[in-house]
Amino acid sequence: MELSVLWFGIAVLAWVLFFVLEGFDFGVGFLGPLLGRTEAERGAAVRTVGPVWDGNEVWLVAAIGVTFAAFPDWYAALLSGLYLPMIALLLLLAVRGVAIEFRGKHDTARWRNRCDTALAASSLLLAGTWGAVLGVLVSGLALSPGGEVHTAGWLGGLGRSLDPLFGPWAVLGGFAGVLLTTVHGATFLALRTTGVLRQRARRLTVATAPALLVVALALFIAAGHAVVAAAAALLAVAAVAAWRRAEALAFAATTLAVAGSVVAVFTAHLQTGAGTGAWVLLRSTLGPAGDVTLGAAAASPAALHLITVAGVVVLPGVIAYQAWSYWVFRRRVASGPGRRTAHPAAVGRAAR
Amino acid sequence: MTIEDLTRLQFAVTTLYHYLFVPLSISLALFTALLQTAHLRRTRRGGDDTFGRLSLLVGKLLMTTFAVGVVTGLVQEFQFGLSWSSFARFYGDVFGPTLAVEGMLAFFLEATFLGLWWFGRDRLPALVHLATIWIVAVGTTISAFVILAANSFMQNPVAYTIDAQTGRARLGSFSELLFNEVNLAAFPHTYAGAVMAGGALVMAVGVWHLLRGDYAEDTREFAAFRTLSRFGAWATLTGGGLVAVSGDVLGKVITQVQPMKMAAAEALYRTTTGAPFSIFSYAPLGSDKPTFSLEVPGFLSFLAKGSFSAQVLGIKDLQDAYAAQFGPGDYVPFIPVAFWSFRLMIGVGMFAVLVAAAHLWVSRKSRVLRPDRRLAQGLLWSVGLLPLLPLAANSFGWIFTETARQPWLVFGLFKTADGVSPGLTFAEVATSLAAFTVVYGTLAVVWVKLAFRLVRKGLPEMPAPAPAEPAADDDEFVTTY
Repeated sequence: MELSVLWFGIAVLAWVLFFVLEGFDFGVGFLGPLLGRTEAERGAAVRTVGPVWDGNEVWLVAAIGVTFAAFPDWYAALLSGLYLPMIALLLLLAVRGVAIEFRGKHDTARWRNRCDTALAASSLLLAGTWGAVLGVLVSGLALSPGGEVHTAGWLGGLGRSLDPLFGPWAVLGGFAGVLLTTVHGATFLALRTTGVLRQRARRLTVATAPALLVVALALFIAAGHAVVAAAAALLAVAAVAAWRRAEALAFAATTLAVAGSVVAVFTAHLQTGAGTGAWVLLRSTLGPAGDVTLGAAAASPAALHLITVAGVVVLPGVIAYQAWSYWVFRRRVASGPGRRTAHPAAVGRAAR
Repeated sequence: MTIEDLTRLQFAVTTLYHYLFVPLSISLALFTALLQTAHLRRTRRGGDDTFGRLSLLVGKLLMTTFAVGVVTGLVQEFQFGLSWSSFARFYGDVFGPTLAVEGMLAFFLEATFLGLWWFGRDRLPALVHLATIWIVAVGTTISAFVILAANSFMQNPVAYTIDAQTGRARLGSFSELLFNEVNLAAFPHTYAGAVMAGGALVMAVGVWHLLRGDYAEDTREFAAFRTLSRFGAWATLTGGGLVAVSGDVLGKVITQVQPMKMAAAEALYRTTTGAPFSIFSYAPLGSDKPTFSLEVPGFLSFLAKGSFSAQVLGIKDLQDAYAAQFGPGDYVPFIPVAFWSFRLMIGVGMFAVLVAAAHLWVSRKSRVLRPDRRLAQGLLWSVGLLPLLPLAANSFGWIFTETARQPWLVFGLFKTADGVSPGLTFAEVATSLAAFTVVYGTLAVVWVKLAFRLVRKGLPEMPAPAPAEPAADDDEFVTTY
């Protein structure tokens, strides 16, 4: 097997891990205010991701780093073509990360509420925007043969990179992103908490499933992709499992649904260039001349060889110690059965 | 203003901002690890928990700093594709693997183990918990070394070939890339600069509490803050010494690989034997003769070549030589920025070292800082500015090394003007720059407020050992986050 094909697989794996792991982080972020009625309950929700969100987010660094290292042209075309949406994502990630980290660093209700609002708003926007960006990967970008988008578009040039977000695939992707993140975050919360949060998260999983099924059905009709049908089936499994209180199974089902959807998006155009023998990584809406193909975008054999050595040595270790960190924090976070005010002991413990 | 200027401005603003938090994260991780090690040693011998409480305070500062460093660092990872996509295509084969290795090797370590350190105090054995913070410190160091190798390539390209078909750089030997002679000097220089930044911060925290008179002189807290202030002062002093030595080596390497940069640092227009170094100089813009100058004779020759009488090449001769080598064009960086950023880097850094030395003298032996009230009030205000000194020196250093390389992005290989993403519009960059300014500005205000509150709270108590783990379904709140 060619190293470039192996690295396409590793790049997709890194993106999948990012969307699976950060998917529930985003979900927990905007479900907190929805499911947690008191500040303490919201704090418990944040605490389920507190120790791990940063490590999860590094999968984005890994994904974009691997994309850059193995396919510099893919990296360049994707990021410069989606300039403003990507900037928006980065700024939202900044707001969200700081909101999580700073929430517990100052001890007033007003401060925590502000952090909760920032966390919820940024998480929701992140889920929608990432979904829309994945939608753009399906519809393609107006890439000219150099691999760049040159049409300046509306509003004095702002439309160049914003316009793709208003295509049908992007809009559908945005909705699918929010819904999928909702149910994925809910199954995670149900798995990681006790008390009221656990109950409400389970109920939410059951409640959102029909909406997701409708979106999955629409996607299936539009794309006819087998993976979409599989994702829909998995969400049905998640809903039934949540209803039957099989929380681990429900979470496993939403995990597979997210992973499958992301794989489907990244491989959407692999066959498009089959006639020419080229695998298309990023499709151009202006014709095949602008397509970014796996062979042409790949880095030199020396560079691929280097990252292969580094990846084979390092990545298994990374996965091992990340798994260990999840094991250390495996205990469920208690959220109390419907208590309205913070327990005095909790305030004392929060201060440290 | 052209789109190239605006894109450069955006890169400079976001990178310099990111680099306010990086040196603090590097050094605070190291300090936390050292303090926690000292704590473990002392308590094992039956001593008090002063070091543990200090490590908690420094660790809290680390957590807030690290968070901003992470989210602003993510932007860096994307920027080469966002607004410098031509550069990413040219340099991707060398730069991409470097970034990927940094991410896989260092970022995962830092992020995962910092989470384990912060939340794992009750759940991990003491030695494992100590190991987690040391792993974070090692991770930040690896990260610095690898990313500086990428920058060193831009200063002095090594270990590459140019692909005949595509005209792009192709990676040769990775170890040669890592151990670029520029990196061998730039890494210790940068790392020591980071230690100075954290040192000045914790020194300021300690001094501030001593001057405010929050604690009586015979309390344990007073002794702790005195220790912290002296620890920070020693770190600043040691860091300053290493910065000077490594900076001297770096200057000589740069004279070899980028003579124009050293000529620009002194605004030396003509090749001179026994070239002087001016402490201060004034020349009208566009003129190559200063109207006023305060000089140390022969010192530039010493900085560049290690001998007071050596010959240093001047800007005009270098311009002629480059025009002959690379074709017609302007190869002179913007001299006033190069000249002043170089001096401010040295001057501000040296001032921080002087302050640290003065503090060590004033607080020596059992002496304590207890000036009269009015003086203390005056000093209190200036203590807040103390951490800014090494941070400013770090920034001036980067401004110097990056602007005095212009017009090159990769020296001798690739020009900055050729790097901007084709098709990118002025409106897009203006929008993103405005958005960065608003979000980053807000973050800075929030960070300063939080750090200040953290410091003002004084010395934290060691958390009581957790009670027996509650059963999974008990109704107690857990809101430590």
